[in-house]
Formats: sequence, structure tokens, C-alpha cells
Amino acid sequence: MALLQISEPGKTKDPHDKKYFVGIDLGTTNSLISLVQNGSPTILKDQNDNELIPSVVNYTKENISIGVPIKSDDAITFRSVKRLIGKNYKDFVDNKFFSPCEIISDDNIIRFNVYNKLLTPIEISSEILKFLKKVAELSLAGEIAGCVITVPAYFDDSQRQATKDAATLSGLNVLRLLNEPTAAALAYGLERKTNSKIMVYDLGGGTFDVSILDLKDGIFKVLSTGGDSSLGGDDFDHLLAAFIENKLNLNIDKNKKHELYLYAKKLKALLTSRDSVKVNLIDIGIKSESLVITKNDFNLLINNLLQKTLIISNNVLVDSNLSIKDIDEIVLVGGSTKTPYVKKVIEDYFNKKPLSNINPDNVVAIGAAIQADLLSGNSQEELLLLDVTPLSLGIETMGELVEVIIPRNSTIPVTSSKEYTTFKDGQNAMSIHVVQGERDVVSDCRSLAKFTLNDIPPMVAGAARIKVEFQIDADGILNVSAIETMTSKFTSIEVKPSYGISDRDIENMLKDSFDNAEKDIEKRHLNEAIVEAERVILAIDSALDLDGDNLLNKNEYKEICVARDNLKEKIHSKNKDMITEAIKNLEKRSEEFVSRRMNSSIKSIMKGKEIKEYS
Amino acid sequence: MAITITDNAASRVKTFLNNRGKGIGLRLGVKTTGCSGMAYVIEFADKVDKDDTVFEEKGIKIVVDPKCLLYLDGAELDFGKEGLNEGFKFINPNEKARCGCGESFSV
Repeated sequence: MALLQISEPGKTKDPHDKKYFVGIDLGTTNSLISLVQNGSPTILKDQNDNELIPSVVNYTKENISIGVPIKSDDAITFRSVKRLIGKNYKDFVDNKFFSPCEIISDDNIIRFNVYNKLLTPIEISSEILKFLKKVAELSLAGEIAGCVITVPAYFDDSQRQATKDAATLSGLNVLRLLNEPTAAALAYGLERKTNSKIMVYDLGGGTFDVSILDLKDGIFKVLSTGGDSSLGGDDFDHLLAAFIENKLNLNIDKNKKHELYLYAKKLKALLTSRDSVKVNLIDIGIKSESLVITKNDFNLLINNLLQKTLIISNNVLVDSNLSIKDIDEIVLVGGSTKTPYVKKVIEDYFNKKPLSNINPDNVVAIGAAIQADLLSGNSQEELLLLDVTPLSLGIETMGELVEVIIPRNSTIPVTSSKEYTTFKDGQNAMSIHVVQGERDVVSDCRSLAKFTLNDIPPMVAGAARIKVEFQIDADGILNVSAIETMTSKFTSIEVKPSYGISDRDIENMLKDSFDNAEKDIEKRHLNEAIVEAERVILAIDSALDLDGDNLLNKNEYKEICVARDNLKEKIHSKNKDMITEAIKNLEKRSEEFVSRRMNSSIKSIMKGKEIKEYS
Repeated sequence: MAITITDNAASRVKTFLNNRGKGIGLRLGVKTTGCSGMAYVIEFADKVDKDDTVFEEKGIKIVVDPKCLLYLDGAELDFGKEGLNEGFKFINPNEKARCGCGESFSV
């Protein structure tokens, strides 16, 4: 008969209603799938009883396989595809990612030539998700109705959107994307605490991430993140292998070096529970003397790397305006934190015992499963998870200036809008340029999208009201809309940015904005002055056209023209003070003209009407 | 009248209750649904209602309402593995027929 699971009170499913909600940790090195069953989270196993499924995709001419890399010339094997998701070709060139085949990139989108089929990182990632889905469906004998997928806290819009796209391609319904550190905190049930600051230290195989979470009344907020995308447990293995090679004076080829590296990985695992291990290279076909490596040897080897992670962690703390004593909990994530020395170094530095009783390989997937369970309505507990935007979002205004609509570190979901108007008389379209970044000038920020609002009814400059609204949903996807309020003419765009951005870029963008703050302000003032000058010139010109001959004598007319031409000239000077001075001068010269125009238009309106009509 | 539970099932229930962090025991029952008329209910019990019968079996409190008890009298709850799937099953002498998939039954 069919097997039954324990449900929450009153939540027993009807027979044949086998719909499950799972959590997925789509990792750079390994991926996991988990669900809450019988009230507690379990990691699902594949047919070979593995919980950790390597994020490896093999393509042969006939089929696709996931998990174990195929060592054969007939297979193209992708590793660490997560490093490329949502990125463009330009980013790829700088990246450490190793491509197993030719890359074709006509339009800055990365496409791998896999047996004459062009595949994007999204499609390759979707194969991993497809496999995880299959693992779950086989072991649950049911259907996966929804999932929560975790992403690094620093993932930007385009990386989040790409992860969602990969899920859609694999036939998964994404309930929500969840930040990895938040998932880890959830796994430990930290949301039950009232207020606390949590540091999540995530040292994986190839990446290091550290995040500070602020928990207030059950709501998580990511205060700051940092890390190193090329530092991880694999570096420990390389150091250990090099140490052995050095000590034993080995002279070995590339293949043997790789075997030694894999052997070092095993030694590292042994050293988590033993004080010393004997190196026996005969097992991997290398003749050599014997060697004993102690835990202490190993600790000394990795100490430098660990100190580096502490410096990064400390910087992230400083970013959040916190100090070590403010941290209430430290959560360890990632297989490399199993090394006892890692725990010790963290405990000594932060003077606090880190949480590590949940297997650090599983902790993110478990948090995702708990979140999926909550969102599916299986559990009565309510939990709202909030994240923040890593960089400010805004639009380009006249003078190539950025006007921020959603500031950096706003909690999402968020909606914010601003009103804009037309610059020229009769302007019938407005181009909306969405940018991301902390700098004042558009060209220093990152362009996300451009679209145009058409068919604005002709009006004088400044009369139209155009409301631009920015909306970021719970997954961090941005939707921008513009509406002309009189005619309700509407246009909108979902931002699926084609340009990539990394945590390091974000860091650089932030640093840039601090370093260039003064320059930016000067630039902003200058550009604002230029825009103002152009606006004044346009207004004067149109006024002269209409009423210049009627209301001014030749001398007055000439005087205004001279002041106007002087302003035109000063625009080129790129000197803010001179421009403002010239604007003031022009305004002064035309004061009389403006008031005459006002009077004459009032006269023309009042002509033929009784005074009482205005009382 | 009695409902029993195997050692294997009892130890699993204990673990699940511990992991859940709350609950006094297990509520067993049946509901009228499915293709053969009835389906089993296994839920965590957070409270005991007035008319409920409570059995204490191998350290596990089993809570059953009087109507359900009629269908479950003499049944044993077991925990087992089928392929990759693990879960509970009832060995119930009152069962007369089952639907093809075994998820619902009739008495």
C-alpha cells in the first residue's frame, strides 16, 4: 500500500493529492533538494543514496547526465555554471570559469557550442534543476508543486531572473527565491528569536560568502554581504597537495598531480576527526617515502586563507556599522566549515561559539525546505522574509543625471514612484532609462533598461505629469512603469537585465561612489546648471517669438538677445558659477518683459468680462 | 479496543515529534474521501478533545476520536521503506477492499 506521512493537525491531504513543496540549494559546487516531511526537514537522496549532488552537467552526443563528471573525450562537462548565470560575455572573460568547449557570443550573451547546439548557462543550470526535480519525484512518488530556490545574497536582478528562468525551463514552479544566509538562519529556527544580529559564514568548495542579517520581530533583513568568489575548501586541498609534493620532493605529471589533489581532499576529511594521518601514495600509484601529516601541519597551511576570511568578515561588519560584540549568533554554512580549525579560528576571533550542529552542507537546503513548507500553507506559522536591494535604482533625468527612485538597502518587496514632466513645449514622448548604481552621472552607473512613453498630449513644457513607478517583487525582480496622468497613457517594462554584475562589481561601484562623491556633486551641479540654462533659453526664445515684437522696443529686444547669447556661450565654459551668473543676468534683463507678458495675457483673458466674475 | 504501533514506527514518531519541537503525540483517524471511500489520517496531536480516546503505546500517546476508533480498532501502525520512499502504513483488520493505489480503502 502507499506509505503515509504525518501531517500537521487538520492538514491531511486527500488521497492522490501528492503535491510536494521542496527547497533547492542550487550551489556552485553541489546542489541539494529537501522537503519538510513528518514535521521535520529531510534531504532527499538520489538513486545512489547521495544527498550532495555535484553541480556537474555532462553532455554526450546522445544524452545528458548530471552529478558525476564523465572522463571521456566524447563528453563535454560543465562545472560551476552558477558562476555564469545571469552574466554576459564581457564578465565571462574576466572570470575564472573554465569552459569545456567553444563559446559563441555575437550579442554579448554567453552561448556554449555543445555538439553544434548553442546552450546558455541558464539552459545548462536548468538541467541540474530538472535532475533534482526527478530525484524528488522518484523518492516521493508524487508531483513537485512548487519550490523555493536559494541564491547568494549579493545576486543582482539579472542573476535572480536567470535563476528563475532556469527553474521555469526545468518545469519547476518557483514560489520564491530565498537568500542563502537567510535560509541558513531559518534552518536554525533563529526567526523565533525576537531581535538579533546574525552573521552567516559560508565557506564552500570554491567560494566564500559572509552576510550580516538583522532579525527584527521575525523579519530578516540582509544588512551587508561580502566574500571572495575564488576562495574555498578546494584551496585547502591544493595547499595540502602542494605540501605533500614539496615534502616528498615528488616529480609528477599533470594527471598524477590531479590524483594527488583528490587524495589530499580525502586526507583533509580524515583530519577533521584524527590528529594525524599517514600519507600513502602507493594507493595512487606514486612511489615515495612515507610521510605523516599532523592536524597542526594542516592548520598552519590553511591559516593564511582563514585570516583572509576574517578580514573580509570584519569589513562586512564595518559595512553594517557593527562591531564584533554586536553579533548575537554566527551560523556556519558550507562543507569547509567542518574542519575543526575553521570553527576554532572563528570562535577565537568573534569570541562566540558558532552554530554548527546542522550539517553545514545541508543547512541552506533545509532552510529552503522550511520556507517552501511555510509558503505552501502546510504550517500555521507566519513568516515574512525581507531582503534588501544591493544597489540604488533610478532613472536618467535631463543632464544625464541619475535620480534615485529606490535607494540602496531598501527592503523588498518595495514600490516607489516619482513624478516627472516634459522639458520642451509640445514634447510628445519621454524616454525612460533605468539605471543601477550609486554615482550621480548616468555614464558612471549601470544601464538596466530603456523604454519610451509615447503619445503624450502636446502641452507647454512642465505641464505634463508623468508618474514613473518602480516595483521590486519578493524575488528581487524589477518592474518599471510610466503613466501620463491626464490621458492614462501607460507603458511598462520588466527588467531582465542583459548585463552581469558581481559582488566585487557592487563593492567597486560603492567604493567608487565614495571616492568620487565630491567630483560627482560638482558634476551634478554643473549638469543641473546647464539643464537650467537650456530651459531658460528655450523659454525666452519662445516668448520672444510670440510677444517680442509687440511688447519690446528695439533696444530692449536687443538687450535680452545679448544676455541670452552670453548664456549660450557660457554653457560651453563648463563652469557652474559662470553659467548661474549668466542665467541670473538673463532673468534680470527679461524681468520687465515677463511682467509685461503676464499683464497682457491677463488683459486678454479679462477682456469683455465683468470684474465680479473673478470675485 | 486498541490500536498498536510497531517498535520501528514508535521510534520514528518519537524522532519526528522531537524535531517538530511541540505536540503531545499522534492523532490517528480516517476520513471519508478517495476512490474507495476512506483514507487514513496521521497527524501530530497538539491537544486532546473531550471525547477522544488516548492510548499510550511504547512511549507514544495515540489520540483517536470515538468514530474513527470503530474503523481502526485492532489496527497496527508500522513504518517501512518502499524503494526510495519511506513512510507509515496501517495493518488494519477492518479493511475489506482498497483502491488500486492503496491510498484509500473501504470497510
